[in-house]
Amino acid sequence: MKKIAITKLNDLYAAIAQNQSLLLPIKRAGQTNFGIWTEDAEVDLQTLKTVKSAKDAFFPQSENLYTCYKDGKKISIAPEKLQEESFVVFGMKGCDVRGAMVLDKVFLANPVDNYYAARREHGIIVSLACSQPEESCFCKAFGIDCAEPEGDVVTWLTADYLYWKPVTEKGEALTAQVADLLEDADDKAVSEQKAAIAATVEKLPYANISLEGWNGDALKEKFDSPLWEQLYKPCLACGTCTFVCPTCQCYDIKDYDTGNGIQRYRCWDSCMYSDFTMMAHGNNRNSQMQRFRQRFMHKLVYFPANNDGMYSCVGCGRCVDKCPSHLNILKVIKAFGKEGK
Amino acid sequence: MQGLKARALELLNDGTVSRVLGWKIGENTYDPEPAFFETAEAMEQFVYNNFCAANLSKYMIEASKLEGKTLVCLKPCDSYSFNQLLAEHRIDREKAYIIGVGCKGKLSIEKVKQSGLKGILSVTDTDPLKVETLYGDAEVAYKDAMLDRCHVCKGKEHVVYDELYGESEDTSDADRFEQVRAIEAMSPEEKFAFFQAELSKCIRCNACRNVCPACSCRKCVFDSNKFDSAQKANVDSFEEKMFHIIRAFHVAGRCTDCGECSRVCPQGIPLHLFNRKFIKDINALYGEYQAGADVDAKGPLTSFTTEDAEPGVVSQGGIV
Amino acid sequence: MHDHECTCHPGYVHDTLVPQVGIITDIRQETPDVKTFRIEPPQGGKFFEHMPGQCAMICVPGVSEAMFSITSSPTNKEFQEFSIKKCGELTDCLHSLEVGDQVTVRGPYGNNFPVETDLKGKNLLFIAGGIALAPLRSVINYVLDNRDNYGHVDILYGSRSADDLVQLKEIQEVWMNTKDVDVFLTIDRPQDGWNGNVGFVPTYLRELAFDTNRIAVLCGPPIMIKFCLQALQEMGFQKEQIWTTLELRMKCGIGKCGRCNIGSKYVCKDGPVFRCDQIDELPAEY
Repeated sequence: MKKIAITKLNDLYAAIAQNQSLLLPIKRAGQTNFGIWTEDAEVDLQTLKTVKSAKDAFFPQSENLYTCYKDGKKISIAPEKLQEESFVVFGMKGCDVRGAMVLDKVFLANPVDNYYAARREHGIIVSLACSQPEESCFCKAFGIDCAEPEGDVVTWLTADYLYWKPVTEKGEALTAQVADLLEDADDKAVSEQKAAIAATVEKLPYANISLEGWNGDALKEKFDSPLWEQLYKPCLACGTCTFVCPTCQCYDIKDYDTGNGIQRYRCWDSCMYSDFTMMAHGNNRNSQMQRFRQRFMHKLVYFPANNDGMYSCVGCGRCVDKCPSHLNILKVIKAFGKEGK
Repeated sequence: MQGLKARALELLNDGTVSRVLGWKIGENTYDPEPAFFETAEAMEQFVYNNFCAANLSKYMIEASKLEGKTLVCLKPCDSYSFNQLLAEHRIDREKAYIIGVGCKGKLSIEKVKQSGLKGILSVTDTDPLKVETLYGDAEVAYKDAMLDRCHVCKGKEHVVYDELYGESEDTSDADRFEQVRAIEAMSPEEKFAFFQAELSKCIRCNACRNVCPACSCRKCVFDSNKFDSAQKANVDSFEEKMFHIIRAFHVAGRCTDCGECSRVCPQGIPLHLFNRKFIKDINALYGEYQAGADVDAKGPLTSFTTEDAEPGVVSQGGIV
Repeated sequence: MHDHECTCHPGYVHDTLVPQVGIITDIRQETPDVKTFRIEPPQGGKFFEHMPGQCAMICVPGVSEAMFSITSSPTNKEFQEFSIKKCGELTDCLHSLEVGDQVTVRGPYGNNFPVETDLKGKNLLFIAGGIALAPLRSVINYVLDNRDNYGHVDILYGSRSADDLVQLKEIQEVWMNTKDVDVFLTIDRPQDGWNGNVGFVPTYLRELAFDTNRIAVLCGPPIMIKFCLQALQEMGFQKEQIWTTLELRMKCGIGKCGRCNIGSKYVCKDGPVFRCDQIDELPAEY
């Protein structure tokens, strides 16, 4: 265990950024999101949840895949350069780290998505324990320990120090880079914080929400439930829940004509959007009820069916905080639980 | 609230209306969700409290297609949106039974959180708000937890209703155009920096568009495939501005300033400022106009007269 | 296939999302709204080896990209073909292209008809409607080119009119003249100069009253599939004897972008070929 005084955090950021780009929570225009550290960035480790998850670090909202150049009839294709330099994502919470592991199941499955794989290979995760979990958090339901998250390096923030514990080889290598700034520490403060967090987690209203009945075998029974027809009604068909979600991975591939070459880029898409499944001969999910159902069935039934029971939800609670109509996955889980289905 | 619920139930039971459009109890005081109620049993979950901020008028577009009347609960400012949708023939007055519900300013849990409170376990909708959190109890003054829009309240009168329930209060304590004037006073560089910082937070979730009662097009131009600018992502750093500026143009003269866009934005972008700028300019150029105040009034941008002002943004350097 | 190392990114295989350039080397006007395109890589030959039923993504840069079934059989060692109906933005554009024009191609995607397992050694009944002959043509030609591996072959093919029958020349000159192959054509409405059957495919299917000693492979518009399936079951066929394809919106082709997700399946990767009893396991959302 190492530690660094809070007052020296800027030196730590600068030291990390000297060798690789550093992404961390930055407050800009009143909101905190992951961004690239610069000298004048307002780093914000106090806000528990960035508005968007850290998903962008590995799977950006929008990224170029390749560019087509046309010369008369002749087409040539220039693939986008893959991530080649390492980078650090600092301050990821346990839910976001698990979110990346959910994405791994999709993008690293055969055939591997190289764009994502390259970022995962070169990305170093410095996670941060949640010293003050909030009421919409329910990561515990998915077996996540927010007091000691996964990651290459795990850190804890107390009133005076940031405690730093390398976990993986990548984490050790990063620690070596900044060794001059770190001092040795015992586990006492961290143990205390972990115990305090564990006690808080038990008081969270949804930490122990039951997922009983949600699994790959529940497909037809859940799909055919009349509850969806009641649950979806206030849904505005916006993409807020999907875009703030650490695990939503659906994407679109589109063209952007730069005037000098056509970029084929991919961007996050949302199964909540009416044109998501639209094709020339029609649309197989015509109603918002169907689209709403798809999102939750995918997270709680289809994904576990394909991934040994792993849910495609990490309980970060961002959808709980951000849905304009106050709909969310908790209400869905609870509604089904109430009906005993 | 009980009286409102009883009255709504009465109208549902006697067949005056086929359903009630109101709010359903959430997990907590602060997260009621818009809901349709069709049975007395369902009505048990009906709620109307000071966190019922959602403007339900847009749901009447879908409700107008259903059999029978829908009882809709509208707050004074929501009634402007309802009127504007009526004027645009997007909803059917005959399909609505409007209870104008009292409003003394609506609360926002985001505002409570902005006061520095974390881990909110329960909150009252009283003055002051009593907040119980994981990390201790606190109080927040009602005014400090009110939505921005309530500080420039349009007044306590409903512009359309069948009956009224409850008392309303004019909660305005700020100048509606103060922020607009502050931005107008900025240098071009400052303006650019301001909008850049605000709009670059946009995640293109389209919540602002989808909640907006003025955005009632069956197919939005941003959903067109024949458009480089897709609705889901910014292909470059300029486009995020374009989306919001184009949207502001599309609702100009029709936006009632209901403030739903800013309320739902997950990134807290003050989108209503674009609309207010248009409203301020329209007032200056065509005379005072409040969209939705009068169903029969002609819109400033949809009626032409030879006396119309012809501002040239380019030649005159814009309207300041 | 796409498992070769990328030249610009050592250590990484060429990403399956990045296409190859394809040159249109032949265009046949099959019907008023269907053309068959022969598309080859610049060096000639085939883009990749595929199996019958597999698909590829064809893109006109700046317009769009979509999944099309590869209509030529793997036994065609020289080139690959796609029969494409003009019915949307991309296909309108493809129909405006000429020989020598370039597009991009990536694939092959999806599973294939079980020509080496379930279909092998069996009598086969192919049923197709309209443009859906495109995916079946690949498997029919594969079967005919490996004639000894399969039993008797019946092909029932229908379209709106005689002018809308795709690959008519090949049907008449090759399929009809192959040993142990019977071809039954039908059109929806009577038409001058047409001496064959008139009537919808499901109706004709009932009239033909095939026995159940065969595997049925069914491709067509959803409404035709629905009624043919009913007919086949009434004729005594089990769902386990019937194969068909699903078609949903696709973008990536590799089961990641999410839009062809139905139940725990991705049609682009786990399909497009499904046995009818497998489809019953899926939520009814196709």
